[in-house]
Amino acid sequence: MIAWPAVAVFVLLFALVTVLGFWGASWRSGDLGLLDEWALAGRRFGTLVTWFLIGGDLYTAYTFIAIPALVYGQGALAFFTLPYTAIVYPIAFVFAPRFWTVAKKRGYITFADFARERYDSRMLSLAVAITGILATMPYIALQLVGIQVVIAAMGLGGSGAARDLPVIIAFVILAAYTYRGGIRAPALIAIVKDALIYVTVIVAIIVIPAKLGGLAHVLASADQLLHARPKPSGILLAPQAFTPYVTLAIGSALALFMYPHSITAVLSAASANVIRRNMAVLPAYSVLLGFMALFGYAAIVAGIHPANSSRVVPDLFARMFPPWFAGFAFAAIAIGALVPAAIMSIAAANLFTRNVYREYINHACTARDEAANAKIVSLVVKLGALIFVLFAPVSYAIDLQLLAGGWMLQTFPALIVGLYTRWFHRNALLAGWVVGMILATALPVSQHFVSVYPLHVGGVTVSAFAALYALAVNFAVAAALTLVFDGLKVPRGKDLTVPSDYRDDGSLDDSPLVYRK
Amino acid sequence: MRRATRGDVKTVWYWVLLIPFVAMLWPPFFNFQKPALAGIPFFYWYQFLWVILSACITGAVYLLAHKDR
Repeated sequence: MIAWPAVAVFVLLFALVTVLGFWGASWRSGDLGLLDEWALAGRRFGTLVTWFLIGGDLYTAYTFIAIPALVYGQGALAFFTLPYTAIVYPIAFVFAPRFWTVAKKRGYITFADFARERYDSRMLSLAVAITGILATMPYIALQLVGIQVVIAAMGLGGSGAARDLPVIIAFVILAAYTYRGGIRAPALIAIVKDALIYVTVIVAIIVIPAKLGGLAHVLASADQLLHARPKPSGILLAPQAFTPYVTLAIGSALALFMYPHSITAVLSAASANVIRRNMAVLPAYSVLLGFMALFGYAAIVAGIHPANSSRVVPDLFARMFPPWFAGFAFAAIAIGALVPAAIMSIAAANLFTRNVYREYINHACTARDEAANAKIVSLVVKLGALIFVLFAPVSYAIDLQLLAGGWMLQTFPALIVGLYTRWFHRNALLAGWVVGMILATALPVSQHFVSVYPLHVGGVTVSAFAALYALAVNFAVAAALTLVFDGLKVPRGKDLTVPSDYRDDGSLDDSPLVYRK
Repeated sequence: MRRATRGDVKTVWYWVLLIPFVAMLWPPFFNFQKPALAGIPFFYWYQFLWVILSACITGAVYLLAHKDR
């Protein structure tokens, strides 16, 4: 059955952001023929716009769907999202302004640009670029899945072409205004998205528990129901879940700000202090995500039995809200998918253009060629994600995205550590990355895409986030081989950055953007 | 003793950023039902509270280390 009031509100809000998206190109105008303007809006966003932009970028539609689904399926373990989204900000507070500063001074648009100059290594830069592109593609696909599930929850599911048409339309619109306006489009839309999400979650956290007898009752009932399941869990952690809980939080927090879409949003800020201020105010979104997670329990208590796990939240909203407000909430989620999808496609396009195309295919590429190429690649990336969503089972995208966090983590030694020291040898970092990538893929795959791996050491079993095990081995390989390569006097390459490039000394305004020119 | 000049960042304050890690990354500290707050188990209100406290700590470190430059 099609819920027409929901569809009407949904279409209206979607139309509004479409207008905004196209208008974005002329907002805070700049020369969109340059990559710095198209991809980073000239690095001029102030504290407030950056808050909306990073919030809208990191807290994706998929996050708002997947975390409650995980709570619905596994109980308390999924709440690792609270420590994760709390500690990620102190971590980024320390290194993100430093990266912003060196990027501004040296004209970097991607983390791979940094690897290229810091280590004088085309291979390491390529490794970073490949990791970023690989990790981003399934994430874009999942944003489209987010749009699909809310459309299905409004009764527009159907089958065949009727099911796919709304996603295709949304995609074409998204692709068009991202092509035209670059990051300005998602930055403007993020303001609407975040407002809609805040309203939705605040209304939901008041209305839904009230309808189910209060939050305390929801938690107590969910606990009983979880314990009664064939695979029991509960609203508190079992002792064997402690290490998975903690390592998932740490690993996810270390990886988050290395993702290309995070970096793109961070670099579009106007100063290092804009980023620092944001690290103190972004946790507002973490509270919101925590509330969303509680809806996983509400769905259990409300007796929601979704067709698949992605439908937990949409089905709950459809059950609990009047149709017009369900439409509002669904629009919040669908628009919430557009912002990260746009930024992710821009970020992947930057990586391909800067670190593959310009480095390996067209050395003579001018600044204008660069921007033109990135715009085309942003379309190709989205098309790839769309084809994936239309023709591959959703579980593929989910499995790949689960691996993606582990992949991103493997660039930590080269990138985050590299911001502070050049102690590691470039070839050793590359070898560590290869081993880390293999482990971060093989460990979850060997147990049917479960990211927590039970490691047996001398009769003791420690279950932890597999990606962190992979990172530990990565570090060990990189450290050992650094000693070997240095012992063999293998050239270290020339560091093109100098210490003052990392210093946030307010002397930035007239520094030219010089990346490898 | 040298006076702090413009450009000096008091990064010693960054150590304060470790507090949320201690508070949130050791589940035996907070994996309890009681004391409940309005019926909400400790596990939940403690961690929600710490999301907010850690934001306050980050904000305070920003003000102490970077603001008066």
